Amino acid sequence: MQNCRSTGEVTESMANPDDRKYTKQHEWCKVEGNTVTVGVTDYAQKALTDIVFVELPKLGTKVEREKPMCVLESVKNVSDIFAPVSGEVVEVNTELLSTPELVNKEPFGRGWIAKIKLADEKELHALMDSKQYDAFVEEEERK
Amino acid sequence: MNLSEPLVIRHFTGLSRLNFGVDNGFYPLGSCTMKYNPKVCEEMARLEGFSLLHPLQPLQSVQGALRLMYELEKMLCEICGFARFSLQPAAGAHGELTGMMIVQAYFKKKGESRTKVLVPDLAHGTNPASVSMCGFEAVEVKSDSSGNTDLEDLRAKMDENVAGIMITNPNTLGLFDQNIADVCRIVHEKGGLVYGDGANMNALLGICKPKDLGIDVMHLNLHKTFSTPHGGGGPGSGPVGVVEKLVQFLPLPLVEKNGDKYAFEFGGENSIGKMRSFYGNFGVMVKAFTYLRAIGSDGLKQVAENAVLNANYLLSRLRKHYHLPFDRVCMHEFVLSDKGFPNNVTTNDIAKRLLDYGFHPPMVYFPLIVKGAIMIEPTETESKETLDRFADAMVKIKEEAAENPELVKTSPHSMPVRRLDAVKAARQPDLRWKE
Amino acid sequence: MRFTPCNERDREEMLKALGIKAASELFVDIPKDVLLEKQLSITKALGEMQLRREIESIAALNKSAKQLSMFLGGGCYNHFIPATVPAILGRSEFYTAYTPYQAEISQGMLQAIYEWQTYICLLTGMDLANASMYDGASATAEAMIMAKNSSGRKKVLVAKGLNPEYKAVVGTYAKANGLQLKEIEVDELQNEIGEETACFIVQQPNFFGCIEKLHEIEKKVHERGSLLVVAVAEALSLAFLPKLAEANVDIVAADVQSFGNSMNFGGPSAGVVACRQQFMRQLPGRLVGKTVDASGKEGFVLTLQAREQHIRRERASSNICSNQALCALASTVYLATVGEKGLKDIAKENHENAEYLASKLEKAGFEFPFGKNFFNEFVVKRKDAKELQQKLLSKGIVFGLSLEERFPELKDCVLVAATEMNDREDIDKLAEQLGVLLWS
Repeated sequence: MQNCRSTGEVTESMANPDDRKYTKQHEWCKVEGNTVTVGVTDYAQKALTDIVFVELPKLGTKVEREKPMCVLESVKNVSDIFAPVSGEVVEVNTELLSTPELVNKEPFGRGWIAKIKLADEKELHALMDSKQYDAFVEEEERK
Repeated sequence: MNLSEPLVIRHFTGLSRLNFGVDNGFYPLGSCTMKYNPKVCEEMARLEGFSLLHPLQPLQSVQGALRLMYELEKMLCEICGFARFSLQPAAGAHGELTGMMIVQAYFKKKGESRTKVLVPDLAHGTNPASVSMCGFEAVEVKSDSSGNTDLEDLRAKMDENVAGIMITNPNTLGLFDQNIADVCRIVHEKGGLVYGDGANMNALLGICKPKDLGIDVMHLNLHKTFSTPHGGGGPGSGPVGVVEKLVQFLPLPLVEKNGDKYAFEFGGENSIGKMRSFYGNFGVMVKAFTYLRAIGSDGLKQVAENAVLNANYLLSRLRKHYHLPFDRVCMHEFVLSDKGFPNNVTTNDIAKRLLDYGFHPPMVYFPLIVKGAIMIEPTETESKETLDRFADAMVKIKEEAAENPELVKTSPHSMPVRRLDAVKAARQPDLRWKE
Repeated sequence: MRFTPCNERDREEMLKALGIKAASELFVDIPKDVLLEKQLSITKALGEMQLRREIESIAALNKSAKQLSMFLGGGCYNHFIPATVPAILGRSEFYTAYTPYQAEISQGMLQAIYEWQTYICLLTGMDLANASMYDGASATAEAMIMAKNSSGRKKVLVAKGLNPEYKAVVGTYAKANGLQLKEIEVDELQNEIGEETACFIVQQPNFFGCIEKLHEIEKKVHERGSLLVVAVAEALSLAFLPKLAEANVDIVAADVQSFGNSMNFGGPSAGVVACRQQFMRQLPGRLVGKTVDASGKEGFVLTLQAREQHIRRERASSNICSNQALCALASTVYLATVGEKGLKDIAKENHENAEYLASKLEKAGFEFPFGKNFFNEFVVKRKDAKELQQKLLSKGIVFGLSLEERFPELKDCVLVAATEMNDREDIDKLAEQLGVLLWS
């Protein structure tokens, strides 16, 4: 996630589930076999404010790790979402087209964005687990 | 839908009363130069000898129109130091696009394929968008801690692949870039061009000429600097001026004078082409021409001096109360922020509360490098009394934020509508009336 | 200085508050070597009376449509403007306002633009329309870029009958965007259109006044997955011809000068882009949407702003910032004043006047190289056309636009127009003068 600026509003935070991995750009990914489900974290959705539109990646697109994969729009902001791993987009969450607010309401659940067929399993090692991500967010907030 | 005339007039008069212009009150919208628009300019533009001219009439029947364009161009050249101006672009952003196309054409003729253009992090959003529309990659250049262009960053990014830089000076912090000479030198040394965004020209009228600063191509906003009204978002006019070596690339036609006759010059194989049908927003040119003749050379410098004096005075009234991220002598505008405001009251809240005090809010959340930015441009057409009243309101709002934050957070309270749900508007777009 | 209210005493106080002696001290950051020592060489200030005299004397060097009988179109039309239009445009709450960023204090302009978007949709039959653009020509160029962005294709076909002003602007934008542009006759479309063609741009009625068969064009365009962009230079034709949406047009780019905007020597007027729903997010320029306020009351805001340059910066759908709000307002007031039936009547009157003009010209021996399937302008040909134009001008009649300069193959051809302002009396006078010139 890039370009997001925190609004400074204080709302309760969701815990970052420990069944998945995290990136420094505040995306999460959950591995099932060789498919990875991708979404943004609670921290990210708060910084992005109310999502009004999700520009989903096209099915079959080859995405590259840390390269823009899709775009989230809020009223006054546009943010790139980066692919946490390289691979092919095999499924997208079309529910977001009509209800983009799911990204805000259930970032770790129904607000998922896309599923990627993993090209190189080793890329997963570079990602953070939930504890490391907790610490990373704490550090970010101190800045 | 067949309405009687009284209904039509009441409907639109009613709508006008829900609107706010410079004639209604203080409009310190930073980077927009909302100065008073003299009434005589409006009347002159409505003269039948101007408003009822067809653009394709025989030239002998429009000599006055061509003379006005010719003389306006001459005045703009004198003010900026450029060789020629094209009056064709219809707005500032349109001028930027024209300028970028000129840059593109210049390198194409030289046989160089430069792919990037540098854009400071302080730039207006139109700058990088104009760059992209010409197929260039926009590369951001940082500002340093004093609010000038970061020369180290510039040196690192400026090379033979870079066509040039788009710079706004005074910049969007309202500060004169103290590094301007070095910026231009560094860019020129690598063969690049310097584009000047003339949005803030009001501060420099009669003080210095952009060309002398090292700028090669620049647009002006007749609807900011030269006092033509903004019309609620247009029509504007964004003439583009260039140094001698770029004249061949200007959009056509230009007006030429032969003896005592004026004519359009359509030739020139290197021109980028046309940017707009016919000759530009002629009606706006009439207003700017009238304004320039009204204030004259003596008045121009006073405009800049009063604009800068007003801004610095207002800043002196507010600096104790609001966070000032770059503390320097400002030019025609300055940028504060909501940092340290009590009870999480934000810039947006401050802006909305100002409406209750009868003021149009400043520009907010711009430039992007200042979090919660409040950009204030009083212009030269405001009195000290108005500035004092505005400063009092700003100070009062800070007190309210401490004592009664809800009052500020739920403002405005005196407008025809409360805060509008922009999220709903974007999620479920309703863009036209439907039965 | 009459526009700066700062008096000597205030000035002194302000300088004192800043601890300086003169305002010139505030320019410390400007390099000394560029500070101007002399005043600019521009004339001195003029008092209002003198100023008026001077500007009026410049205007008097022109001959306006009040003094000349104008049979001239080609992208700008001499239409009648009802008094309601200047009355509302003169409200300074509208004309001295900025773009309606602060919605709560700009509901008037926002609602007016929403009404304008509605009118454009009703007139074209399209799903959406933006808040206006610079003019018809640049709107057509923006429509082309929309087509490129939504199709990912890089070739563009342009009909020869597109207004040369529009063609030139489209060409400029195409060159800068790296698009390949080709001009074709409409009947070459089948052979020229391919899988790489982003769009075909055609004008309705075309520059020569002819009404294009959009239904046939549309099929050929869509067969190849390309988009149909229709440019409209004479907006009044929208009230005369079938709705553009009925011909499956994808994007409409129009100039609405005809609706309540003076000719102004070609500008300002307003352009607009209207499109089908599926292109909503590629649509450039401002959009106004209806929403509710914190108490549930209806209101209007600028919306879908994430498409635009101030948010998306280098990835915006266009660099366009302002619209032509006041010109769009003029059109909105115009349309509200004349109403649906009134507009159709005006369009019909235009067509009838043009037909009457055509019949007179035919009698005077003019040929019709493009036939007579027109709305309110058409091309006529006669060997001595140029000479006649000159002679008529000396009688105070502007007899159309000679086409030879722009289209060398159209030697001796003139594009003439008749609006509701060219009534029978006007046309009879022209015919009479022609008669005198031809038979004397």
